[in-house]
Amino acid sequence: MTDDPLLAVRDLKKHYPVRSGLLRRVTGQVKAVDGISFEVREGETVGLVGESGCGKSTTATSVLRLEEPTAGDVYFEGDDITAYDDDEQKRFRRRAQMVFQDPNSAFDPRMTVGESVAEPLAIHGLRDDDRQAEIVSDILERVGLSADDADRYPHEFSGGQKQRIALARALILNPDLLVADEPVSALDVSVQAEILSLLDDLQSELGLSMLLISHDLGVVREVCDRVGVMYLGEMVEVAPTEELFANPQHPYTEALLASIPEPDPRSRGEAVELTGDVPDPSNPPSGCSFHTRCPRVVPPEDFEFPDGSFRQVLDFRLAAENGDVDTDALAGDTALREEFGLPSSLPDPDAESVLAAAISDAASGDVEAAADRLADAFPTVCERTDPELVDTEAGHPAACHLHDAASEHAPPELTNPQD
Amino acid sequence: MSNPLLSVRDLHTTFDTDDGTVRAVDGVSFDVDAGETVCLVGESGSGKTVACESITKLIPTPPGEIAAGEVRFDGEDLTSLPDKQLTEYRGGRIGHVFQNPQGALDPVYTVGDQLVEAIRLHRDVPKSAARERAHSLLDRVGIGDVEDRIDDYPHQFSGGMKQRVVVAMALACDPDLLIADEPTTALDVTIQAQVLRLLDELQDERGMAMLFVTHDLGVVAEIADRVVVMYAGKVMETGDVYQVFENPSHPYTKALLECLPGRGRALETIGGTLPDPTDPPDGCRFHPRCPHAVPACEDGDQPAFEDVGGSHQASCVLYGADYDEPELAEANDD
Repeated sequence: MTDDPLLAVRDLKKHYPVRSGLLRRVTGQVKAVDGISFEVREGETVGLVGESGCGKSTTATSVLRLEEPTAGDVYFEGDDITAYDDDEQKRFRRRAQMVFQDPNSAFDPRMTVGESVAEPLAIHGLRDDDRQAEIVSDILERVGLSADDADRYPHEFSGGQKQRIALARALILNPDLLVADEPVSALDVSVQAEILSLLDDLQSELGLSMLLISHDLGVVREVCDRVGVMYLGEMVEVAPTEELFANPQHPYTEALLASIPEPDPRSRGEAVELTGDVPDPSNPPSGCSFHTRCPRVVPPEDFEFPDGSFRQVLDFRLAAENGDVDTDALAGDTALREEFGLPSSLPDPDAESVLAAAISDAASGDVEAAADRLADAFPTVCERTDPELVDTEAGHPAACHLHDAASEHAPPELTNPQD
Repeated sequence: MSNPLLSVRDLHTTFDTDDGTVRAVDGVSFDVDAGETVCLVGESGSGKTVACESITKLIPTPPGEIAAGEVRFDGEDLTSLPDKQLTEYRGGRIGHVFQNPQGALDPVYTVGDQLVEAIRLHRDVPKSAARERAHSLLDRVGIGDVEDRIDDYPHQFSGGMKQRVVVAMALACDPDLLIADEPTTALDVTIQAQVLRLLDELQDERGMAMLFVTHDLGVVAEIADRVVVMYAGKVMETGDVYQVFENPSHPYTKALLECLPGRGRALETIGGTLPDPTDPPDGCRFHPRCPHAVPACEDGDQPAFEDVGGSHQASCVLYGADYDEPELAEANDD
């Protein structure tokens, strides 16, 4: 890249301390955002997607320095915003604006819409009432409302109209960057469509750059040029939007895409289901943080596991480690195998002998021994090392061991990882 | 012909407000057969939730009132039952799952205690037996290691897990009908897929019927047998899920399907907003926003239901007998 991107985020981290006990000592860190990097170029819309708790919103607020990042740099036109003094910060805030999820709580109910929308003008030095009124009417019309609406109060508007007003307020200073945090999640689908087209129009009219945070891949597909997929505070894949939808390279992206219910009753039941919840961000799993749920977790190289069966073995081990194996209810080897979806025997005799020993450990009540045995015998690279965000054959980066270049343990073909 | 399990006929539910009477549900009829999943779809304010809550009279009265209509459940008219008898249906033969699992659970009781309470409210069983049942219900809805978690408080569960607990509670008395009001709207898509799968399995196992309220057409396509599309307190279209998705007939249904984001083509927006609920328009409620509106749409009542194939019906003048054929063909091409 020759020119500086408008916004460049480098290895951004935001950790929140966890305090407990009488003295409120710091006993841990919630790593809400843990080392992510991305760029927003001029006129571009970049989306950030992921489940709740993955750090999308924290990224948004840290990028605008509404919260102080723990580490990392954010460059706006090449300048590091984390080093800004108060004056510079104020100038930056004029050029970077934010729209929030819930338009109902975004306005002071006692101020007219005109007053709310004009407030940024006053803050940034334009205090002439006539000029303000002129600019407000202009921007209200631009977002599809009428100039007369300036004298009305927020409660007189519907949710979609309020979100238009929120956009008007964000755009009144003519910013270069708009950060929109779930701007349509609180709206009905028909109203969503209106706001999304409005965003699209405004962006091309005003040459805005936009960072859009959403959990809804449909929304992202509608407006974004590029998309970053986040999981537990890390970026797992970045790609141009259509490429991401056509050719996802990270198993998490695949699973996320597959969980969107299609509005087509004929494609029912084709969704790949992710098991389990998002892990606790104060104690994320080692290695690739997705390995506890990943359907394509890389099996140890010394053994052979047929299609996906390593996932079940690993599930069994993780359950044993967490003490989630109820040996009283599940008496006997067969019951245990059934509960965890394990085959009655693995085709690889070496692997089977380890598994059988672990299961009889568990069946006899020693769940810990079972967990240790499996951990020793079946190490997986996904648990040992955190994958880097590297370029894949598809041409865009993903952080997954399935793409380790020339790797001896990772099968190169994503489509058939078990070979 | 056997009677449907639930039959709602010409239901009117109104709310008195300072601005006038809101006719939230204004003449709605639909059936749910035993073992069937019926989805109520529509935008917020279309009356889907009020229609659901009217079934077991969960609406606050006053200001709410079931002004007219009939709700027959297994032959009994629930609207005329006194509260005391209704309690046997609520949470007994009819289970409820609400949108926000956080609000549906009491934060100061353990989930086990809440389940035991739900069971003992309807069944005369000792505490120990109720607790055993609570245990097996939690196990069935996929709460791992129930022994450890049954005495946990709601805040110790994640959103998806809480919704599983709420589902367990709704199932506590083996209901014949489960009413689920936006049960997955507050959840992430990956967790939503898990909860939908669970509901589907439970329904198969128990042969219970489900009335599912959602605004998400993707979810409808995933689970519905039949679909009821509502707009501004009226039913616009009903049909089986394949008919409605493959041959949407009412312009409102078409518009809803068009405005789904992320399908790789330009978004069509509906334009306009829901009508004022205290003063809905004459004629078809949708005519002020309808791209196919003709003068006939503007007068009288909501158009009568016209058959558009099999059990598939739409309330639209386009399908009326005295409507001009050529324009109908054109409208269908859009």
